[in-house]
Amino acid sequence: MRRQRLEILLFVTPALALMAVFVLYPVFSAARMSLYSWQGFGPMDDFIGLENYLRVLTDEVFTDAVMHNFIIVFASIAVQLPLGLALALLLNRRIKGRGLLRTIVFVPYVLAEVIAGVVWFQLLQPRTGILERTLSSIGIPVPEQGFLGTPDLALATVFVVLTWKYLGLAVLLFLAGLQGVPDELHEAAQLDGASWWQVQRRIAVPLLAPTIRTWVFLSMIGSLQLFDMVWILTGGGPANATTTMVTYLISMGTQRSNYGIAGAASVVLFVIGFVMALAYQALVLRRDTKADA
Amino acid sequence: MARRANAYGRGGPLVYLMALVVVAATLGPVLYGALGGFRSNAQLARDPAGLPDPWVFSNYTSVFSSSAFWQYTLNSTAIALITTVVAVLAGVMAAYPLARYQFKLREPLFLVFVLGLLFPAAVAIIPLFILVTQDLGLGDTWWGVALPQAAFALPVTVVILRPFLAALPKELEEAAMLDGATRVGVFWRIAVPLSMPALVTVGVLAFVTSWNAYLLPLLLLRDETRTLPLGVADFSTQYSADTAGVLAFTTIAMIPALVLFLAMQGRIVSGLQGAVKG
Repeated sequence: MRRQRLEILLFVTPALALMAVFVLYPVFSAARMSLYSWQGFGPMDDFIGLENYLRVLTDEVFTDAVMHNFIIVFASIAVQLPLGLALALLLNRRIKGRGLLRTIVFVPYVLAEVIAGVVWFQLLQPRTGILERTLSSIGIPVPEQGFLGTPDLALATVFVVLTWKYLGLAVLLFLAGLQGVPDELHEAAQLDGASWWQVQRRIAVPLLAPTIRTWVFLSMIGSLQLFDMVWILTGGGPANATTTMVTYLISMGTQRSNYGIAGAASVVLFVIGFVMALAYQALVLRRDTKADA
Repeated sequence: MARRANAYGRGGPLVYLMALVVVAATLGPVLYGALGGFRSNAQLARDPAGLPDPWVFSNYTSVFSSSAFWQYTLNSTAIALITTVVAVLAGVMAAYPLARYQFKLREPLFLVFVLGLLFPAAVAIIPLFILVTQDLGLGDTWWGVALPQAAFALPVTVVILRPFLAALPKELEEAAMLDGATRVGVFWRIAVPLSMPALVTVGVLAFVTSWNAYLLPLLLLRDETRTLPLGVADFSTQYSADTAGVLAFTTIAMIPALVLFLAMQGRIVSGLQGAVKG
């Protein structure tokens, strides 16, 4: 018994040590930092209670950032879910070159967000970029400051690029889910005279529901942590039109050395993510785990 | 009736047209970048949509001949390899007792890893920056980025590996134990070799995540220790006027991830799907 305990300890210690040092300690120290006024040097002894939280939550830049995150969360579900579903159903048909198509659709997902961002930044260059020149050559008016430079359009533009980057993951997961739909169901439905559309709507999509729910969860968590793409495309601008919670805490922490504020923003980000994850788990995903058991 | 059965689930012209649109939208930006790298800035300014005329190779050759590019590539490779080895090794070691031993704290221990999935690196990023640069003195080093990345890769690694290890047949291990092998010996000689497919899957996931990472390297690495994504981002702001050069650099930086993906496609796909089901 003692020996077994020793073995277990030996096996789990490296992983637990890594998690403790690089995950748990930093998370707790973000929480601690949030209660002090601290610029990053000297002892952290200026305890100010919840003042940082008050400042963060009343800072319009931060509340806008939270709103931007939520806009991305809901836009992803509203746009990428139907689009991803349509593509998955399309690629699930027995068409020529299906394997190649599946690979191609997944390519953007494999690229680093930064690299995809840099390419799109070039495409979206005001005046000289190919997108603006193509659009204006066919008579579609383009904004004077470019798509990324116009406050009203910047967030939507970032979202379009994100959709390009991440649609492949949705398609991939949905295709895997569709693989789980037995061929017999398709055949039986066909024999009964159902059309392809009817089969998709009444059989395939309902059977895909657990996969869809999982994708929504992943997409939600990812949207709340959005950083790389925004940082490359707009840096949070113009006029804070595309800030997210993470760009806010990064610029507070690294550029202004406002560690207390950055800590408070981290905690708010964590709490929002945690509450949404738990709520989603309790309200939506619970059905799936129950069905498994 | 026969006609309908034939048409069912196959592609008509409309389906192929839609597929074509999808391919164009997906690959368009990538191809534009790759072809743009073969053009001069003057060509790009004159006609952004055209093909290279004449083909210009100097953008690509100058990237390949720059020592900075090779330094970035070396850094990215080293950091991704350290991350992968540490995450997979620590991960499979932790997953093994969680899969094989009966003990009271087993489920709470597993829960630690599951909850770890909910801690994004972004939440801890500022304290991590202070910890690594000031307390550990590992700023501007490969290990300084690799160790935290491995730690954040552990939850998904353990969550994927545990059910895989639990599903391995126990008989081999029991027979070896009867022959006097120790648990640790059984782990190294039997469990690890048998779980290679799953180890490759989690390894590829850890490698690609590290290879593409931006936020943590952005805070921790400067100058000589920067990785490819940082190099690409800095190059594109420093030489923003040299569009063709930026496109060539970016295109080259895409290649390793794409090659790895094409070679490991099956594993990445099954890993992601496994992660979703788990």
